[in-house]
Order: sequence, then structure tokens, then C-alpha cells
Amino acid sequence: MESVSNLFSTGTLSQILVGLSRTTILFIVSSGMSLILGVLRIPNVAHGSLYMIGAFAAWSVIQLLGGGLFAFLAAMIVAPLIVAAVGFVLERGFFSYLYEREHLMLLLLTFSFALILGDLVKIVWGPEYRSVTVPAFFQGSAEIFGLPLPWYNLFLLVVGPCIAAFLWLVINKTDLGKMARAAAVDGEMVGAVGINVGWIFAFTFVLGSFLAGLGGALIAPMVNISLGMDHSLIMETFLIVIIGGLGNMWGALLGSLIFGLTQSLGILVWPQFGIAFPYLAVVAVLVVRPRGLLSSTW
Amino acid sequence: MRRWRAPFALFVVMAALVALPHVVPRFHAYVAAIVLLTALLATSLNLAIGYTGIYQFGHAVFYGVGAYGTALTLTRTGMPAPVAFLVGPLAAAVLSLAMGMICIRLSKLYFGMLQISLGSLVWAVVYRWYSFTGGDDGIHGVPVPDAISSPKASYYFTLAVTALCVFAMHRIVRSPFGKVIQGIRDNPVRAAAIGVDVKRHQLAVLVIAGFFGGVAGSLFVVVENSVFPDMMFWTFSLEVLIMCLLGGMYSFFGPFVGASAIVLLRVFASVHTQYWGLILGTILTLVIIFLPDGVLGVVTRRPRAKGEPDA
Repeated sequence: MESVSNLFSTGTLSQILVGLSRTTILFIVSSGMSLILGVLRIPNVAHGSLYMIGAFAAWSVIQLLGGGLFAFLAAMIVAPLIVAAVGFVLERGFFSYLYEREHLMLLLLTFSFALILGDLVKIVWGPEYRSVTVPAFFQGSAEIFGLPLPWYNLFLLVVGPCIAAFLWLVINKTDLGKMARAAAVDGEMVGAVGINVGWIFAFTFVLGSFLAGLGGALIAPMVNISLGMDHSLIMETFLIVIIGGLGNMWGALLGSLIFGLTQSLGILVWPQFGIAFPYLAVVAVLVVRPRGLLSSTW
Repeated sequence: MRRWRAPFALFVVMAALVALPHVVPRFHAYVAAIVLLTALLATSLNLAIGYTGIYQFGHAVFYGVGAYGTALTLTRTGMPAPVAFLVGPLAAAVLSLAMGMICIRLSKLYFGMLQISLGSLVWAVVYRWYSFTGGDDGIHGVPVPDAISSPKASYYFTLAVTALCVFAMHRIVRSPFGKVIQGIRDNPVRAAAIGVDVKRHQLAVLVIAGFFGGVAGSLFVVVENSVFPDMMFWTFSLEVLIMCLLGGMYSFFGPFVGASAIVLLRVFASVHTQYWGLILGTILTLVIIFLPDGVLGVVTRRPRAKGEPDA
């Protein structure tokens, strides 16, 4: 079993760290989905499209500003804001009228948005691959326990916890966050005490979209930005949200960790089908805890 | 007069379908065959979603597994063709049972989300397993038996099998079992209270739906002589769901109509534009906002057939 002995080689740690940095992006995207799922009860298939728009928008902003660290950092802020604006239009224009519909209809509606947004991206950015180069500031590698880890991956490892802390603050310490949590439990009651639930929902959807866009912008330097990058991500996000517990933010974090780690270790053990390991982990978790690891808001 | 209306309509439709390949050009007969098998696929999905209320979001996987099962048996083993046409649907039914047993403990949306993501694992495995499934190229030039390989013969074979399967599903829906599953859809708690084993019935429906989905996949091999992984991609699963919604999920022939509409639209749209997603998405958005009961739902209005007692 040479493949298993791979697990204990020196490459394992750096593989885990690289895996963790990818987990960061999974977490950012799936926490957005979890938020929307928990408060608005929308299984948003278009979430992946928002992520894709985030990546393309980041590319455009960097092109516009001519590269460099400043352009890169600006893109990390502007691209998610563009995506948040798209989310605002979707929520106010469509979803706000349809919250009473059953989940099946909402899911299909978000799927139709995914189809439309996918083609709009094709119209705006064209079918070619785009790529963003990592700014000079992040090029090269850091030495972690004698092993090289690209600076950009290290940057992601720092960004992830920051986002988690930011979300925790917004959800637990601001009035808006508290109202959103209350609306997740009983929207009608929240409305009855005089809070404008519609705007809470809009805020939540926009925040969730922002997170999708941020995930897309952050992954832009690591992958080829292409049409269809939304398709694989959305299934991973679904699984993460399911194992974590629908609508639970910390569940999204835990789910991303499980998903990212089993994936990167799985690829070491069995390169061709490493992708299957996270799924096996998900099935194992669900056999033990059918409703996800942490409590769901549902 | 009235009671003869439905059989008469059926007779006219069947006669038209039988005459079709003699009347229209070859390409249209090919499209008609695709319409028929896709309609079979949508009708099988509707057993789960429309009749039992199970959120079957990953149905295309069973279609794909049926197609791959048949195609692989035909290309890689020396087994006779009839065996191959059983292997596909049976493989789909077995997979459906296995996935169902994992997902069935979760309710509604949870079930659907897990099923569609597990389905994407099946897709990923097929997509990457070059040595066995041909990876993203799929399998081309599947040796279909001579008797059904000509365009006309494959059309008639598809027509015959589709008619048989749709008839079988119609019988299932009208049987006592069919009444029970509709009871489960309308109120699972009450159904359990009068002694129905809800989970077992749901699993049975999943297996049946998976089987007929697999039959549709096998027919695809006959018509197209090839298979490729995209036919089990999750976006196609949702497209089949759209067909059910478009035609109306609470009528037996609704999905048939919806599938025909979408397939024809896709064929004719692909001639003029590459933005199929934009078209389908727009139609779907309009249907969801304005016609939640589907196109046939507007015509029939009522979810149950005339003369039946209240469910």
C-alpha cells in the first residue's frame, strides 16, 4: 500500500495546508449559501453563478486598473460589491414576491436564474478562459516547517478566519444580525413587532451574495476563470451545507473543513478518484446524524 | 360519447406517431424518437415528484446509468442485446435503491439536495474513469443490434417501448399502490397513522422511477448509438424537473407534454442561437411566476381526474 504511505510523507502537511486554503473559499461561499438557506429558506442554485460573476468581475476590475497589488485588493472589494448588487436586484425584483411558494418552485426559480446568469456571463465576458496573475506581493512561497507554502495560500488562510469572525460579529452583535436570526426562526412574529422583514431578507440575501462574490474573487488567481466554474462548486456547497446542518454558519465552517480535508487527503491516497472521499465522509456523517452535525435552523 | 374521448385521442396520437417516419424527413423522425424517450424520462420522474411528493432532484443520474449500463454491456461483453437492455434499467433501479436508502431518512428539500449532490458524485466518477466509461468523451459507436439500428427501426423500437412503459406507469398510478403513494404525497403523517409504511412505499417508488428512467437511457443508446457523461449532469436533472413543472406535475400526461415542448424548443432554438440557457431560464421564470400549475394545469385546473373521489 504505497498510496497509504503517502499519507505520512513530508508532502502531506503542505497538501493539508493547500487543502485548507481552498477550504477557506468553500467556507466563504457556503456560509453565504447557508445564510440565505437559513433565513430565507431558498436553496439558491444561482449561488454558484454569483460566485462565477465574482471571479469574472475581479478579472475585469484588475484589467481596468492595470494590475498590481492595489488593483488586486480593489478587485477583492469591488467584485463582491457588484455581485451583491446583482443579489439585491434578484431579491427585490423576484424573490421578495415569492417567499410563500414551496421550496421546489424556489429551487427551480433559482435554477432558471443560474441558466440566465450563465448565459449573461457568456455574453458579457465571452466564452474564453480568463486568468488573473497573483500580484507580485503574494508571489513566492513561505517556509512552513521546512515546506514551501505559496504566500497566496497563506493569505487565504488568514482571510478565512477573518471572514468567520466578521460574520460572527454581524450575526451576533449587530441589531440587523439579531433581527435576521429572529426572522429565520419566525418571520411572522418578527414582522408583528414592527420590524420590516422584507428588508431583513434583502439584507441577508445581499450579504450572502457578497460572500459568493468574495469567494469567486478570491479564487480568481488560483484557477482558470471559465464558464461552468459554477456547476461543480454548487454541488460541493450543497454537501457542505447539508453536513453542517441547514442554515447553521458554524456548520458551514465544519462542513468545509471536513470536505476540504477529506478531498486533499483523498487525492493523495487515490489521485484519480480522490473526489469521492468527501462524498463518503458526507454519507458517513449522515448515517450517524441525518440532520447534519450541528443543529439546523429549520 | 364522453367516455370515448380519451381512448379516441389516444388512438389518434398513436396513429400519428406510427405514421410519422413515413411522412416527415429523417431528421424529424430522429427528433421524435428523442422526444419520446425524454417524455418517458419525465413521466418516470413524475411518479416520484408529482405522485409521491418525493423531491427527486437527481433523476438524470438514473437515465445516465441506464444508458451506460446498456452501452457498456453491448461494447464490452459478448452478452446478447436483450440482456444489455435489462442491465441498464436494472443498474439504474439498484442505484436508485442504494441512493434512496441513504437519502430517505431526510425530508423533502434535504432529500433532494443530498440526492442531487450524490448524483454529482456518480457523474464525477463516470467523467473521470477513462479506462472503463470513456471519461468525458463518452462511448461512441455502440453496436446496437441490426434489427433496431436503422433510423426507422430505432424510432419504432423507441415508440413501442415508451408506449409500453407509459402504459405500465399508468397502471401503477391507477392501482391501489398508486392510491397509497398519492395519499403519502398529500399527507404522510396521516398515511402512516392508518398503517402505511411510508418509507417502504417511497423506496418502492424510487426504484420504479429509477428503473423507467434507466429504460429511457437505454432507448437513448438505441437512438443515438452513443452515451456521454453530460446526460447525467445535475443541470439535466433539473431540466427534466422543469419538463414536469411545465407540463403540470399533477396530471399523468403533463410531463409528456412538457418534455415534448422543451425538447422541440431546444432543437429549434439550437439552430438559431447558442443562448439556450437564457431562453429556458426566461420561460421557466415566467412559468413559475405566472403559471405555477404548469401549462396543462391551466387547462385541467384540477389535480385529480374526473369522476374520482376526493383523495
